[in-house]
Parts: sequence; C-alpha cells; structure tokens
Amino acid sequence: MQIPLSLQFINLLAALLLLVAFAMLTQRRILSLINLFALQGFVLALSTFVVAYSASQHHLYYSAGLTLLLKVLLLPWLLHRLIRKLNVRWDVETMINIPTTMLVGIALVIFSFNLAAPISQLSEGITRGLIGIALASVLLSLLMMLTRRKAVSQVVAFLSLENGLFFAATSATQGMPLVVELGIALDVLVATFIFGIFFFQIRETFDSLDITHMEKLKDD
Amino acid sequence: MEYLNLILAILFQLAQLLLVVLLAPLLTGWVNQCQAWLQNRSGPGVLQPYRVLRKLFLKDAVIAHNASPLFRVTPYIVFGCMWLAAAIIPIIAVDLPFSQAADVIALVGVFAVARVFLALAAMDIGTAFGSLGARREMLVSFLAEPALLMVFFTASMISHSTQLPRIVDALAHHQFMLYPSLAFAALAFVIVLLAENARIPVDNPSTHLELTMIHEAMILEYSARHLALIEWASSLKLFAYISIGIALFLPQGIIEAGNWAGMPLAIALLLLKLLAAGAGLAVFEAISAKLRIFRAPEFLGTAFLLAVLGLLIHFLLGA
Repeated sequence: MQIPLSLQFINLLAALLLLVAFAMLTQRRILSLINLFALQGFVLALSTFVVAYSASQHHLYYSAGLTLLLKVLLLPWLLHRLIRKLNVRWDVETMINIPTTMLVGIALVIFSFNLAAPISQLSEGITRGLIGIALASVLLSLLMMLTRRKAVSQVVAFLSLENGLFFAATSATQGMPLVVELGIALDVLVATFIFGIFFFQIRETFDSLDITHMEKLKDD
Repeated sequence: MEYLNLILAILFQLAQLLLVVLLAPLLTGWVNQCQAWLQNRSGPGVLQPYRVLRKLFLKDAVIAHNASPLFRVTPYIVFGCMWLAAAIIPIIAVDLPFSQAADVIALVGVFAVARVFLALAAMDIGTAFGSLGARREMLVSFLAEPALLMVFFTASMISHSTQLPRIVDALAHHQFMLYPSLAFAALAFVIVLLAENARIPVDNPSTHLELTMIHEAMILEYSARHLALIEWASSLKLFAYISIGIALFLPQGIIEAGNWAGMPLAIALLLLKLLAAGAGLAVFEAISAKLRIFRAPEFLGTAFLLAVLGLLIHFLLGA
C-alpha cells in the first residue's frame, strides 16, 4: 500500500512532535525549554498547514497561521520576557532524575500507543495512527508537569499539553470549527497572562518560584 | 552469465576489501584536517595518518615484561575484526558475496569481539590506566550496544531482513518513502557513532589527559607496529560506522545487483557522502563540549530512547 506523500510528511511531523516532547521532558535549562516549546509550536503549525493543504480545509489555514503567530512568536516572547523580569534563568530542578524520567516516558508512550489502538480502529481516515502520538505527547506533557518543581517550567508543560491536544484535533478529525479554535487560542493567551501575574505573586510571597514551598501551610 | 556475475561480484568484493583498508586512514585524516580548519590551524594535511602509520611500523616494539600472549595478539584480532566489518558493508554495490558471513546482529558481535579483546589487553599489563580505560570503555559500550541493535532492528523491520545488502536494496531501490522511524534511528546512530569511536562528547581522541581519556588509556602500553595496527583499526572502525550510516540512512546511489555500469557514479557519490560525513563530524565536534564521564550514560540513554521510539513509531505508523 502506497501512502500519499502529504500523509508521510504529516507522519514525520508527528514523530518530530513526539521527539520535541521528549526533548522538553529531559531538558535541564529553562531557556532551551522555551525555545523547544517554540519549536513544538512551529512543527504544529506546519502539520496543520499540511493537513489543510491535503484535505483542502480552508479554515485550517487560518488555524495554522494563528498557531504560528501565537505559539511560535507571541507566547515564547512573553515567556522570555517573563523569565528575564523574574530573573530565573537557572537550571530546572526535576523531582526524579532524568534517565528515570526518560524510562517512564517510554512506558507512557507504549501505554498510549496501546490505548489508542482500539480508538484508531474505529476512525476511518488514513491519519489514525496519529491519535496515539498525540495522546503520547499529551501524557508526556503531563509527566513533565508532575516532575518539575519550578512554576515556570510547569506552565511551559501546560502549554505544550495544549499543543498535543491541538495536534490530536487537527490531524485525527481534520480540525474543530474555527470559532472553537479561536476561543481556545484566546484561553491559552489569557492563561499565560494570568500565570505571569501568579509568578510575581508566588515570588513575592515565598521569595522563590519553587512550588514545594507552597506545601507548607503554616508560618514557621 | 551467472558465473560471470559471480566472478565479477567476488572481484568487486576483493577490491572493496583492499579499498577500505587503504582509504580508512584518509577519512581520519580528512576529519582531523576539517577540525584543524575549524580551529584556525593549517593542519597536518590529510595524509598525516599514513605518515604516522609508516613511522610506527618502522619503530621497534617495546613490550612490558609481564605481558601475556594475549597482549601481543590483540592488535591483530582487533585489526582483523574491523577490517572484516568495514569490508562487508555495502557502500558501492549490494553484490557482496562475503557479506553473507555476518548480518547486522553478527556485525555488532564482531565489534564486541574487538572491544572485549582490547579491554582484556588493557588490563593484561596491570597498570592503573589500562584497567581504568577498560572499565570506562565497557561502561560506555554496554550502553551503546543495545542502542545500536535497536537502530538495526528498526531498519530490519522496514526491510524484513537483517542482511545489510537486502536492507540497502529495500531502502534504496524501492519506491521512495519518508520513514519517521528511520529519522529517529539516524539520530540514535549518530550518538552511538560518537560514543563508539571515542569522539568528542564522550571521549577525546587527541587527549592524553588522565582524567578524561577512555580509548587512549586502554592503548597506552602499546608501541610501534602494535600501536600502528590499533590506530589503523580505529580508522577502520570510524570508516565502518560511517559506512553503516550511509548504508542505512543515505543509501541512494548504491548500485543494484548486476548493474556494473553505474559503478563510476556510485563511487563518486560515495566519496561525496564520505567527505560530507567527515566534515559534519568535525563540525559537530567543534560545536559540542566534552561531557563529564558520569553524564555519558545519560547521553547514551538518549540514544537508546530514540532508537526505541523509532521502533515504536514504526509499529504505530507502519513507516
């Protein structure tokens, strides 16, 4: 069976997305973490563009453009500004060491591939293998949220989780209605702003962005 | 016609056997020359490895009193293993009668034999450096080997064979496809190549600084013709690894069975690929810093992770 070239390209981009998710999971520096997040957004925009082209869904072009603008340019710029203002260019501390995280990550990928197998049997399109990858990158972002101590990297993980969901929506179901996408994009933007305000509040209260301080309830 | 083809194939195999052993130091010289250029030095020229080999062969060997026969035979075994490995990888044509001798799994075994003998010989004399180098080498390679196997498995599953000529045939001469799984395997393979050939992020081939050296520590006791053989074997190993990389990930241009007319083009393409690979290796070494030895397992763990991901993606996407 010969797969059309555009689909092969989407498959390649999906694999790249997973790779970037792993790279983020194992990244030690917060600056590179944000750059990787921008890269993930770029891969996402590209794949949305290819899906739009191959399925000739015009509203997906807008969605690709929106992704490019928001997730490659605006959000990384905001995050860069934020870490400059907070002066937090330190190495990210992880709860579990990185090789263990990688192994857990592989287990998660296997788990989500298995989980997605019956779902993709149901779907018709040729892009059904991609559900597993999208699910895996969502779970990897969740794992990253769990293993990071610092608030900034947790927020990057949250944003990359949204990337995974977006990829699932565009590749597996050829995109949601444009209104929904616009709404989600706005949500993400607003969330980032609110997180930014939170960072300053957290730092003012605890003198640090390490969220383990928040587990203490009493003053001592 | 059948006989003619077979005779031609055997002749070609013998030619490749000679060619790799003569060309391998040139590749090392090219990598070193590129590195020199990147460091704003004029460099010793691409023929320097040959001069070093000649110098070493003309010297008298000095061997420690307590050296066992193992220490003496190891250079020959290592050289033989690497020569065999480099000779059976299809880089110009897939007609290689000797390549039946070892499929990819056996190829990994051939590399392992050489490594085990080298490590044993390093410990044979009983100096601290030797066993230090041997231990580190084993630490690095026991992590690199599974990653290499996984890379081979990914390629084997795509082409349904573990014979290198068949893999090349399936990848180069069938309809063109993008293989995401192979992209992952290629990344993993580059990491394994760097680790196994004692290149910069893991080891530094041009250092004699005791804290960091791995490969150099193992061969510290060798001199003259033994050292020459081991240096030559290192060149052959680099050549073999780069050839494997070409065969698996860039097989376009390798000619099919029986198509001897395409030979000049295939050779020209091979030379281009080797030049590009050597220059790429030098650039990568120039831009990366040496890892602490305790970070090396993590680096190689990444290779294993990438290779496993490649396999998983092959299962999921079928490509």
